[in-house]
Amino acid sequence: MAFLGLWNYWVVIVLMMIGLYIVIARDNFIKKLMGLNLFQVSVIMFYVSMGKVNGGTAPILPESDMVEEVAAHNQPVTAGHLSDTRAFAHHHEAHHGGHEVVAEGHEGIVYSNNLTHVLMLTAIVVGVATTAAGLALVARIHEGYGTAEEDEIYKIDLTGAL
Amino acid sequence: MIQQFPVLVVVAPLVAAPITLLIRNRRLTHLWAMAVAWFTLFVSANLLHEVLTTGPISYQLGGWAPPWGIEYRVDTVNAFVMVIVAMIASVVIPAMPTRIRLDLAPERMYLFYTATLLFIAGLMGITVTGDAFNVFVFLEITSLASYTLIGLGAGRRAPLAAFSYLVMGTIGGTFVLIGIGLMYQMTGSLNMADLAVLLPGVQHTRTIMVAFAFITTGVSIKLGVFPLHQWLPKAYTYAPDLVSALMSATATKVIFYLLVRMIFTVFGATFVFGVLHLDWLLLPLSLIGMFVASLAAIYQTNIKRLLAYSSIAQIGYMTLGLSMVSVAGLTGSLVHLFNHALMKAGLFMVVASIFYRLATHEIADMRGLGRRMPLTFAAWVVGGLSMIGVPGTVGFISKWYLVLAAIEKGWIGIALLIVLSSLLALVYVWRVIDVAYFQSPPEGQADRIEAPPILLIPTWILVGATVFFGINTTWTVGVAEAAARQLLGVMP
Repeated sequence: MAFLGLWNYWVVIVLMMIGLYIVIARDNFIKKLMGLNLFQVSVIMFYVSMGKVNGGTAPILPESDMVEEVAAHNQPVTAGHLSDTRAFAHHHEAHHGGHEVVAEGHEGIVYSNNLTHVLMLTAIVVGVATTAAGLALVARIHEGYGTAEEDEIYKIDLTGAL
Repeated sequence: MIQQFPVLVVVAPLVAAPITLLIRNRRLTHLWAMAVAWFTLFVSANLLHEVLTTGPISYQLGGWAPPWGIEYRVDTVNAFVMVIVAMIASVVIPAMPTRIRLDLAPERMYLFYTATLLFIAGLMGITVTGDAFNVFVFLEITSLASYTLIGLGAGRRAPLAAFSYLVMGTIGGTFVLIGIGLMYQMTGSLNMADLAVLLPGVQHTRTIMVAFAFITTGVSIKLGVFPLHQWLPKAYTYAPDLVSALMSATATKVIFYLLVRMIFTVFGATFVFGVLHLDWLLLPLSLIGMFVASLAAIYQTNIKRLLAYSSIAQIGYMTLGLSMVSVAGLTGSLVHLFNHALMKAGLFMVVASIFYRLATHEIADMRGLGRRMPLTFAAWVVGGLSMIGVPGTVGFISKWYLVLAAIEKGWIGIALLIVLSSLLALVYVWRVIDVAYFQSPPEGQADRIEAPPILLIPTWILVGATVFFGINTTWTVGVAEAAARQLLGVMP
């Protein structure tokens, strides 16, 4: 069953290999770029799934903390706001199956690791930039050769001059 | 002010690049790019001085303490590499208005300077950062800038070369990213110094071994280590000439530094060479690379392709010194970083000068050029002698240390192979000299067509430096040896 427990890695590996295969096996430059994109996206999924902790929640402080903080500061709170937060706290408690998580503050809550998710924001930008640069180059190749197929360009280069 | 220097080397060119877009004026953007390059040189020279006198500097970005925040860490090794990059940029950028083989309208030159500045910012970032993920980000900034720069070469083959580099480079970069992810998974840290402490505890796991494999392969693709070098000759041949000069002298050096940093600082020499025996793979590959690439260089008819293959052979020398895992070997490698940067940039500048006058890269077209462009070809002779490793030039110094390191290990055969491969360099350097000096120029073309000072002066600064540092070796070898000791953890 360990095999199935690591299913996210299998998804990543399968995606990655499909991407790599397209890069190697396709002659069309646009398809190559798509393969490259798939390859990069698989790594993004690898990072995102890496940060997930079993039973973990999004790394946001529970609102009950904020209520306590407000109370401690003895600041006036409007009735509407208060009832809203209470409703949220109740809901939250129910969601966790009656655990006294909320009452204890954020100490007992399991959070997912958001760092890997943040890192992927940068990687997504890199991927977009690479695709843009690649498409611009393909456009210029097409201008020069009249085709974006690797095998045809290879033939033109063998027969024709620069 | 000096406390901010580690971040300034990156921030200055990075911020200057978009400002170039606002200036737009051709002359002003050139002066601006030059000023930024010289400022970076000033800052990195100061940093090197500071590191040599007071020891490593740690800079915390935004005041977040490592390992949580991003740390920029400057020690002898990367300060040395930063000086190399800034120095070459400062010498090559002044010649850029000649626009040799550049397929870009004159009024859009500012885009070229923007890409150049981004390229330098990325290289500086890879060198200075102490954070593994930051390395990936800067690696991609550099690569994206270089795809653009190569793609700007004249002729339809330039974008083709840039595209094949883009595919290889992206795969390499993504491999590095996978490796960093696997390391983070096992240790929960991205800070290099922190990783160095945490990795030994988990180094026996398959995850870390796979991480190491991904990172070394990824970096080797970007470096162009022998069997992974296919993109390199195309990219160097079809890029604009001055871009080839800049790239061959800086990008390979910084990426070699990254390999050294990953092996010696992050994973540790005992793990890489003691457990995984990377040297068993890297040593034969380096030797094969030296010979195969040098032989390929001999048979080239295009002078730029010849220099590109020679670069692959020279990368072989660097990885050879690395795989010896001794202070002498690593000193040889690091001093060769500096020396090869000088001579390869100088030789590519000569090629640029020839193209400026004759609009050709074919060696066959250079008959009698030695008499027509005496100063330019004198620079080829001096740079070429250095490539061969003749005493009195920098090439001799690096090979001397590599041979010493081989003898120290008792590997007489390898010492002989280093000398033998230098003879191959003699052949390919001589082929050009033979055509230029011992064949008469074509009929009716005997007039002197010396390159303009804007090209000649940078060429001779670089070539002159190969002789200067070939005779006066205390500074380069001293710094390289201090850096090698630091990497290997040997106290002086």
